[in-house]
Amino acid sequence: MKVTMTVNGAERSADVEPRVLLVDFLRSNLLLTGTHIGCDTTSCGACTVQLDGEPVKSCTVLAVQAEGREVKTVEGLANGAALAPIQVGFHEEHGLQCGFCTPGMMMVTSALLERNPNPTDDEIRWAISGNICRCTGYMNIVKAVKHAAQMQAGAAKAPEHAAVGGGGE
Amino acid sequence: MSSTMHMHGGIGESIKRKEDGRFLRGKGNYLDDFVLPNMIHMAILRSPYAHARIKSIDTKEASAKPGVIAVVTGDLMAQHKLAWMPTLSGDTQAVLATDKVRFQGQEVAAVIAETKYQAEDALASIEVDYEVLPAVTSPDKAKAEGAALIRDDKDGQKDNHIYHWESGNQATTQAAFAKAHKVVRLHTFYPRCHPAPLETCGCIADVNGATGKATIYMTSQAPHAIRTVFALVTGLPEQNIRIISPDLGGGFGNKVPVYPGYVVATAASLLLGRPVKWIEDRNENLISTGFARDFHMTGDLAVDENGKMLALRVHLDSDNGAFFADAQPSKFKAGLFHIVTGSYDIPTAHVTADGYYTNKAPGGVAYRCSFRVTEASYLIERLVTNAALELGIDQAEFRKQNFIQPEQFPYTSATGWVYDSGDYPKAMDVALSQLGYAELKKDVEVRRKKGEVTGIGIASFTEVVGAGHGAEFDILGLRMFDSAELRVHPTGKAILRMGTKSQGQGHETTFAQIVAEELGIPAQDVAVEEGDTDTAPYGLGTYASRSTPVAGAATAMVSRQLREKARKLAAHLLEAAEEDLVWERGKFYVKGSPERSKTIQEAAFAAYTNLPEGMQAGLEGVYYYDPPNMTYPFGTYAVVVDVDKGTGQVKVKRMVAVDDCGVRINPMIVEGQIHGGLAEGYGIAFMQLITFDDEGNCIGSNFMDYLIPGSWETPKFELGETSTPSPHHPLGAKGVGESPTVGSPAAYVNAVIDALSPYGITNIDMPVTSDKVWAALRSKGVTE
Repeated sequence: MKVTMTVNGAERSADVEPRVLLVDFLRSNLLLTGTHIGCDTTSCGACTVQLDGEPVKSCTVLAVQAEGREVKTVEGLANGAALAPIQVGFHEEHGLQCGFCTPGMMMVTSALLERNPNPTDDEIRWAISGNICRCTGYMNIVKAVKHAAQMQAGAAKAPEHAAVGGGGE
Repeated sequence: MSSTMHMHGGIGESIKRKEDGRFLRGKGNYLDDFVLPNMIHMAILRSPYAHARIKSIDTKEASAKPGVIAVVTGDLMAQHKLAWMPTLSGDTQAVLATDKVRFQGQEVAAVIAETKYQAEDALASIEVDYEVLPAVTSPDKAKAEGAALIRDDKDGQKDNHIYHWESGNQATTQAAFAKAHKVVRLHTFYPRCHPAPLETCGCIADVNGATGKATIYMTSQAPHAIRTVFALVTGLPEQNIRIISPDLGGGFGNKVPVYPGYVVATAASLLLGRPVKWIEDRNENLISTGFARDFHMTGDLAVDENGKMLALRVHLDSDNGAFFADAQPSKFKAGLFHIVTGSYDIPTAHVTADGYYTNKAPGGVAYRCSFRVTEASYLIERLVTNAALELGIDQAEFRKQNFIQPEQFPYTSATGWVYDSGDYPKAMDVALSQLGYAELKKDVEVRRKKGEVTGIGIASFTEVVGAGHGAEFDILGLRMFDSAELRVHPTGKAILRMGTKSQGQGHETTFAQIVAEELGIPAQDVAVEEGDTDTAPYGLGTYASRSTPVAGAATAMVSRQLREKARKLAAHLLEAAEEDLVWERGKFYVKGSPERSKTIQEAAFAAYTNLPEGMQAGLEGVYYYDPPNMTYPFGTYAVVVDVDKGTGQVKVKRMVAVDDCGVRINPMIVEGQIHGGLAEGYGIAFMQLITFDDEGNCIGSNFMDYLIPGSWETPKFELGETSTPSPHHPLGAKGVGESPTVGSPAAYVNAVIDALSPYGITNIDMPVTSDKVWAALRSKGVTE
């Protein structure tokens, strides 16, 4: 059946089976592979995207349930070349190692900052408690979110995108 | 502009990571992100039984399902002599079962279909007729009279015993025990757990029928070794095999072995002429791929009347699963477990180990660990705390009394290890002072008098990492060296290629920093590439904390080689004698005339444009580094816990971790590694358990049963540091990624046991869950 939704600001539609998961639709139909699959049981949060601004685990949402709604993925965070504050925070505070959980973490925490621009450590830990990270021990993820909060409040100055740019290239 | 941009990025600078950009944008290249033209999908049918004879497999119905291209069984694999494959421990492992299934989750058949959904759908239509056999689920059951024979496929295998292995000196140890004032015994089971990287394992096999080239994208921590194993298993010529290990979503040892899925996907691609993708789901990852630990250990520590350790005796039974597939150096059947004397000057020791087949998944991997050093460290550190409690000596004091002293290095242990360097009392002192130990101990006394259950745990671990050297350490005969190839381009920018493979450790940054330090090219100008066997120099891969000790050393050495060539080029440009040039990071200048200088970039340009007579062009080199010895990182961890008598719940109030990994190349990355390892150690101590019922059903086969610490459970960590450089590593670095997972479980559990010791409780096996603590307290009559 045909499904149409807005993904990162652009209308996207495709013909899919009713059983197709939103995460598979994003990854296979739209080739937006920044959203990852880690567990299949809604336990790890690697597949977290925002649906109408709310973080959801896209392995437990059917693509057809997103019909007519707004989906935002990690690919929609940056504004062109300029990274969003949450991305800068993760870079500056070393909030990522293997990077596999990072998109989900950023989708949860950017939604958190929307409704709570100045969260405490505990509020951040609670917000990401449905997202597993195997590498960082969460300490620097908490710092990364606080860094982003400060940036958004204008207290911290964002580095130019080039600093987080092409890696070794 | 980020502060990073202005930094040179040499050793000791916490520059931000070069690899972050793509991950932050959702543009990482993980295996499942790859889509090849004409690609098809594979799903694997797994055994529901732990032990059963296969009477028949009917694939007719499955073959007719929509989208199905082929159904592969063990019989088909056998026709190509691929039904079995060698393991990393010299045993054999079934690729697809032909005779019996030997663990729940074993690979039985595979469906290849146009889409992932179609492949999964068709699995349910494969009919397998099983005759269920009794399951053997522990070493005790494996050695019991009349136990079912698991490996009846092996000629001459009459029982479930795999190996007997010993280290140390039995006679001197027995003599020491005979004279001991006291012997303290600890029997403990280090249970089976699983590394569970967030990205599961998988591959895309792309065999080109026209050229014969097999390109296999694979989640591998050791792509070169895998290529060689593949060549030996499949008979394909090695130059026609290209393993590409892309960005890895964590590994922790889980991505070292060769898994049956890789072999089946490659065979399917060869037969069908199309790229075949296979990605495990989480359940498959947890029930079938490389697990960790599963050691039943008994340790006896002999002490004299002054609390001096006299001797250590250890026996362990190892539960290896259905195939002996441990990933470890071939000479050592129980890995490097014989480092079990740890940080202590124990004159004599004797270690015996027996391995057993059971009807459980194979593949004991070093889960964030250097080949069983984690089990060893846990045993000695738990035993030492128990001994201190039993002797009534303070556990920190007891450790200090028995530490190998700084002046004893290099120190030869009772089991033959030559410890390169260390200062254990110093790390202990830093930890105790950071913790405020003296005050805390008083606080514990006061609170205990009020009936509260609270305790302090200490662990002073010593690790042994960075294998080789090659003469002593090999995997399937491949010596454990590692490599770095450095090419400096005419404009002074460089590419560094290595035989290792990062899984999140930040190699692209750390190794660029070594070049920055040694050759003076800013880290930002050095691209680091790993994981493609067609382009990277041969290496043994990343595990056992060996990347910085071995490949990091190779990087330093190749940089120094190029610096010597650059010196000749600079001398030519300056029209000075080589020996008159002084090196200062980034440039050469003429002794006494610092204004007469040439930068490394100018020298690099000259290597392609303006050479002295007779010199070969280019500024490139490759170095294969065979370390003269292992490195021995160490540290002291201290944990404070409160225990709720009513519920048995343990709350970690503080965790102080003092690590000494020698010279730290990027302190930010080192601390990030320590955080992560302490969190995994917490998970192992309190949450993560793979277990089995009597029929061999795996409990812990998904993230709802196999509990991974989240942000809410994970404690906050307080880090400290001492630095005792390795005397034999060119940079003095020792490796760090595994220390916190090796050292912390004992610290966490020691804190719980210290808290429970007033009630006569001396051990609770991991994971220390609330129900176990509750039951232990109740068994001693403690109620709310």
